[in-house]
Amino acid sequence: MTAFGKLIRTTAFRLTLVYLFLFAMFAASLLAYFAWNTRRLITEEITQTVNVETAEINDIYIRRGLFGLARAIEYRALRPGANLYLVTTPSGQAIAGNVGQLAPGVMAIAGWSETAYRRMEDADERDHRALVRVTELPNGFRLLIGRDLDERRRLFGIVAKAAQWSILIVVVLGLGGGVFVARRVLTRIDAMSGTAHRIMTGDLSERLPVGRSGDELDRLAENLNAMLERIEALMAGLKEVSDNIAHDLKTPLTRLRNRAEEALAKSGCEADYRAALERTIEESDGLIRTFNALLMIARAESGQARGNMDDFDAADVAEGIHELYEPLAEDDGMTLKVKTQTAPIHGNRELISQALANLVENAIKYGKPGSEPAGTVVSMDSRQITIEAKREGDQVLLSVTDRGPGIPEADRKHVVERFVRLEASRTMPGSGLGLSLASAVATLHGGELRLGDAQPGLVATLVLPARAGAGDRVAPPIPDVPQKVA
Amino acid sequence: MTAAERTMRLLIIEDDRESADYLVKAFREVGHIADHAGDGEEGLAMAENGDYDVLVVDRMLPKRDGLSLIGALRDKGDTTPVLILSALGQVDDRIKGLRAGGDDYLPKPYSFAELLARVEVLSRRRGGPVEDTLYRVGDLELDRLSHRVARGKDELTLQPREFRLLEYLMKHAGQVVTRTMLLENVWDYHFDPQTNVIDVHISRLRSKIDKGFERPLLHTIRGAGYMIRDGIR
Repeated sequence: MTAFGKLIRTTAFRLTLVYLFLFAMFAASLLAYFAWNTRRLITEEITQTVNVETAEINDIYIRRGLFGLARAIEYRALRPGANLYLVTTPSGQAIAGNVGQLAPGVMAIAGWSETAYRRMEDADERDHRALVRVTELPNGFRLLIGRDLDERRRLFGIVAKAAQWSILIVVVLGLGGGVFVARRVLTRIDAMSGTAHRIMTGDLSERLPVGRSGDELDRLAENLNAMLERIEALMAGLKEVSDNIAHDLKTPLTRLRNRAEEALAKSGCEADYRAALERTIEESDGLIRTFNALLMIARAESGQARGNMDDFDAADVAEGIHELYEPLAEDDGMTLKVKTQTAPIHGNRELISQALANLVENAIKYGKPGSEPAGTVVSMDSRQITIEAKREGDQVLLSVTDRGPGIPEADRKHVVERFVRLEASRTMPGSGLGLSLASAVATLHGGELRLGDAQPGLVATLVLPARAGAGDRVAPPIPDVPQKVA
Repeated sequence: MTAAERTMRLLIIEDDRESADYLVKAFREVGHIADHAGDGEEGLAMAENGDYDVLVVDRMLPKRDGLSLIGALRDKGDTTPVLILSALGQVDDRIKGLRAGGDDYLPKPYSFAELLARVEVLSRRRGGPVEDTLYRVGDLELDRLSHRVARGKDELTLQPREFRLLEYLMKHAGQVVTRTMLLENVWDYHFDPQTNVIDVHISRLRSKIDKGFERPLLHTIRGAGYMIRDGIR
């Protein structure tokens, strides 16, 4: 595409053309209106002057007769810029006035008419036009009084010229401005698409140029840059995840392989082989679990699990998970409690249950009070885990609170990432995917996983949007009403 | 693995030759009769003509996929229990499979013990006794209507969930019931807990029904799950 072709194809240029047309039309109609009105005004003025004079002359005639009339006419006709006068006899002979020639038949019709004429003293041979009024005097004489229309014509000419010029100026300025704006936009857009092209070819660190004017293009560039930032972060995340997957899947696979090799190499009894095989199965079960968790996260993140959503009460989920994990917690020396109020929600029940289960498993695994200095009295409370479901405004909060060491604030964002396990927990069994899944499930439902400080301990909360419309039926929580505590 | 109490006729419809051979061999070893079909069309024809107790159907098959095969069978009024095997292990796929007329769904990779336990439960369901109101194993009795549980002369007090757990175990007395089956059928969860959460529930139940009695009824089957039965075979 040529530079010019590109230019005239820009939105700015096309808009300019449209506005240009509109403005030209506007200017033309304004001038036309002006011209027409001026013309009307001049005509009115002439009519009035002629009417007044006709009345005066008539008056003179009545008072002083034909002679007085002729004298008055001669006198008036000699004044500079005089009107047109003509008095004729009934037979059509001119007896006084300054009109030399007149279009034939004008004198015959009484009243107003527009006619061509020549002045007596005029040297040029040109016809002029005039607006005249013919009246019949009582004795059959005819009186013509009129005024030249040159003034009107000249004025009209001026207006017409003004119209030409103004339209010309509008067009020139408009086109110039359009080209200027279009070129300005075009250079910036070209710069942006050039950068976009470089980014597409692989350089994700490149950013669009942002000007200082803060106009719409700058804002667009800023937003695109923010988007690029996000894409770059996602790509980096993806890379990290694939590295982590490689690491976290390869490690158990290597262990598995080593074990099988070792069992093969050593000539042992059947019991040895059996033990090796059992551990192999265990290890592969762990791998399968990791795989399933990864797939589940991927599904939740890609939004595929949106198909199986229905309406339910998050309180039921909390109670169900409490019921399932209560014995396990007790076996581990912890107390698992549940506190619920009605919390209507629309979502994937299975996924939300699993997310909550993960949080509870984490609390049981990591929520034990840290090593207390000798002699400290460990309160009963410090081994308590609480599952809570409640509604807060248009949100449903499903939280698990433990009294363990908690997670340092700096690490909280980090632990949600796939396979991330804090140093302190590296030695514990687990895939490092529990929080990632919980977070992905919350995101899928348009919510988030919030990790906070329970002072001491960790409070992990699935913040989910409450079911729309359900609020009208649910009474706001009243603190005095005893809550169900298991 | 113990020999089967009752011989089952199984049809395995699976396109991967190696897995199919492994399954056929494994089922035969525990005393069942297993046939194999390699694609959807062949499987449908064999399922229609042979009198099978349970069909094990892979979801993705050449010529005709698993779900459409089940649909075709069900349309003809064939109610043979079907267990779907699938690499798609997610909850929504499971629901799709069950909606298409499958009776159970097992995601790959699976353990043979799990598959066997599920197939045995499915075959028992077919033409088995109508839901009894009273289950009895040895001297353990569970009344489903009055929710009463007694062992010998002793009345036992169970929590509602413990009752449902025992009810499920007793319904399938003499059959292996896996942890996943318990989680699915007693708790209605289809995810895979990372912890031994079911074992804890079982050990609580066990302490109520077996503790202080000479003959244990609730047995752990290593590598597979649990079984309730009278006496040691």
